[in-house]
Amino acid sequence: MAFSIYDFTSFNQAIDHALYASLPPVLAVIVEMTIIGLVFLVFYAVVGLFLVYAERKVCAFMQNRVGPNRVGPYGIFQTIADFIKLLMKELISIKNSDKLLFNLAPFIVIIASFMAIAAIPFGKGLQAIDFDIGILYVIAVSSLGVVGILLAGWSSNNKYSLIGAMRSGAQIISYELSVGLSLLTIIVLAGTMQFSQIVEGQANGWFIFKGHIPAFIAFILFLIASTAETNRGPFDLAEAESELTAGFHTEYSGIKFAFFFLAEYMNMFIVASIAATVFLGGWMPFHFSGWAGFNHVMDYIPPFVWYLGKTAFVIFLMMWFKWTFPRLRIDQLLNLEWKYLLPINLVNILVMAFIVLMGWHF
Amino acid sequence: MKEVIHTPVPDIEEEEYHINMGPQHPSTHGVLRLVVSLQGEIVKSLKPHCGYIHRGIEKMCEKDTYPQIIHLTDRMDYLSAHINNHAVCLLVENALQVEVPERVKYIRTIIDELTRIQSHQLWWACYGMDLGGLTCFFYGLRDREHILDIFEESFGSRLLHSYYTPGGLMQDIHPNFQKRVKEFIKYFQKKIKDYDRILTGNVIMTERTRGIGILSKEDAINYAVTGPSGRASGFSCDVRKHYPYSVYDKVEFREVLFTEGDTLHRYYARMEEMRESMKIIEQLIDNIPEGEYSAKMKAVLKLPAGEYYQRVETARGELGAYCISDGNKTPFRLKFRSPNFSNLGVLDKISREHKIADLVAIGASLDFVIPDIDR
Repeated sequence: MAFSIYDFTSFNQAIDHALYASLPPVLAVIVEMTIIGLVFLVFYAVVGLFLVYAERKVCAFMQNRVGPNRVGPYGIFQTIADFIKLLMKELISIKNSDKLLFNLAPFIVIIASFMAIAAIPFGKGLQAIDFDIGILYVIAVSSLGVVGILLAGWSSNNKYSLIGAMRSGAQIISYELSVGLSLLTIIVLAGTMQFSQIVEGQANGWFIFKGHIPAFIAFILFLIASTAETNRGPFDLAEAESELTAGFHTEYSGIKFAFFFLAEYMNMFIVASIAATVFLGGWMPFHFSGWAGFNHVMDYIPPFVWYLGKTAFVIFLMMWFKWTFPRLRIDQLLNLEWKYLLPINLVNILVMAFIVLMGWHF
Repeated sequence: MKEVIHTPVPDIEEEEYHINMGPQHPSTHGVLRLVVSLQGEIVKSLKPHCGYIHRGIEKMCEKDTYPQIIHLTDRMDYLSAHINNHAVCLLVENALQVEVPERVKYIRTIIDELTRIQSHQLWWACYGMDLGGLTCFFYGLRDREHILDIFEESFGSRLLHSYYTPGGLMQDIHPNFQKRVKEFIKYFQKKIKDYDRILTGNVIMTERTRGIGILSKEDAINYAVTGPSGRASGFSCDVRKHYPYSVYDKVEFREVLFTEGDTLHRYYARMEEMRESMKIIEQLIDNIPEGEYSAKMKAVLKLPAGEYYQRVETARGELGAYCISDGNKTPFRLKFRSPNFSNLGVLDKISREHKIADLVAIGASLDFVIPDIDR
């Protein structure tokens, strides 16, 4: 069993073979699924907690504050302490709320983000499922979260929550188009929807560089639209704290609130991962065609470090403009999508198709 | 048999629903309650409910002596504490016809303008926060600290100073006062450019507020909307210009006037006022004359029987103090015409047919301090 941090394919295959050799096939599949599920559960919690910490630190530095610095060195255990607090809090039941939907909503939100994470390649061979329609799957699954948000707002028996949920519904359905179309621009260039092949296709240059200006425009559009899709500032209308107190999750407490909270950060992680994978090469190191020595040095950095670094960069961009810009109004938000982003996207795809047709890309 | 009439158009009134903004709501900055009638996201009408922080200050004044009343005025508009004090001090001084030393007038003017700047800084911070730009909040509060530090050094307190007394000041200014104020002006002239960079020039902010909540000049006059909110509509109402007190007649400054009267121009008006206030301070800070910090006053102040009125320009508009004295050491009746109460009256008119998000922006641009509404 060869273990290498550069390629997990053989490692995974070795486990796979060992399981199938010692167990009946059905049981082996169940064991495999359980292992992957547990790994993702741990990963989910760690990334969620880290992102909350990172956001607090980044926003603190932008606002001339120190941020959490009491629990552990540099406050790194602060979010863990917060999480334990949230776990121990009472789950308040709301009068006249729709109990079933109220309790179901946080799970739908968190399941949607869980499903999306499965298709993302974290490194060579580090991918739970490699669909041949990977991008389509992720877009489809990540937009399921809005169902949970709508249910949460509807069942809370609170007008503020309802307004937040309705805003969120309008917003996510609109911006879903831009997310899809900007990814489609790259699919035209890549010629495949499979994540592993998209990453392989960037071995001699990331798509953002290969695709000339249209790819860059698509990246910007994706960044804007995906920020809106994850309900983050400046598009955080669904939870606009100065207008709607907290929007759709006003009435939630304890672990159910934590689910919404974690799901928000995981959604951010997922869209950043997609941006990193589709535009910035995923786990593929930075390569210049012709510079063999340089490429060789870059290959020494493990793929998952590349992947995490790129994702962190995109996440930082998203945090940056969250803490800089004021919030948009709902009509401006929809104008921005339908009058600007969507037409630009459509033209952009045409230009990209033309470039690919003429073979002008690298 | 009764005839059943089917109305083809559904009753609009039935589609409206009410939400309570406040008394605990982040955008009302205090315990103001707005009962907002909404249709979808559109504000159809709203009713302010006051009284959650009514402390009966005007009634309490009737049993307090004039120097004691000063301490109550701090608690009305706590962001313009000095200027509120100034109103009562001027009222008593004019009634008793006391000549206040020049030094006192200069110091009072400087401190009034510092108060105006710190009030507008906090307004800017909250305005940014209400629009969703949380970083503004910390920038505004950071710079406000500098003024509060100056205040603390000279008067020993940061929010409710009660520094002015009838006839002068509680004590002389700290020897560092002039130096630190000059340092602050230098510092803030740099920082106000940051304000412009993060919020004034931001396309989201300008597009969200332009043409929103337009208050016409006629309405501003009819509703007596004073202060920067009124001046953004072109209503020239600066008490410092029209009825100068202390040394406002000796300094050069511009009354910031706009004609548009929308939320964006109320924002511009306050930003410009901060710059004008800095200009006023710069003209005075080096020229504070030497002398006494207070005129000689009697131990017990008794205003001659009669009616007195004194107005000053606070950070939010015109504050009027109307006093009826029956010759005793306590006033018979003391009525404050507080700027926020009048400004609140116009909120319903200008926020109709706008969205909830606009209502928050309009509310932020009118800059309410709730204890001043209820008193």
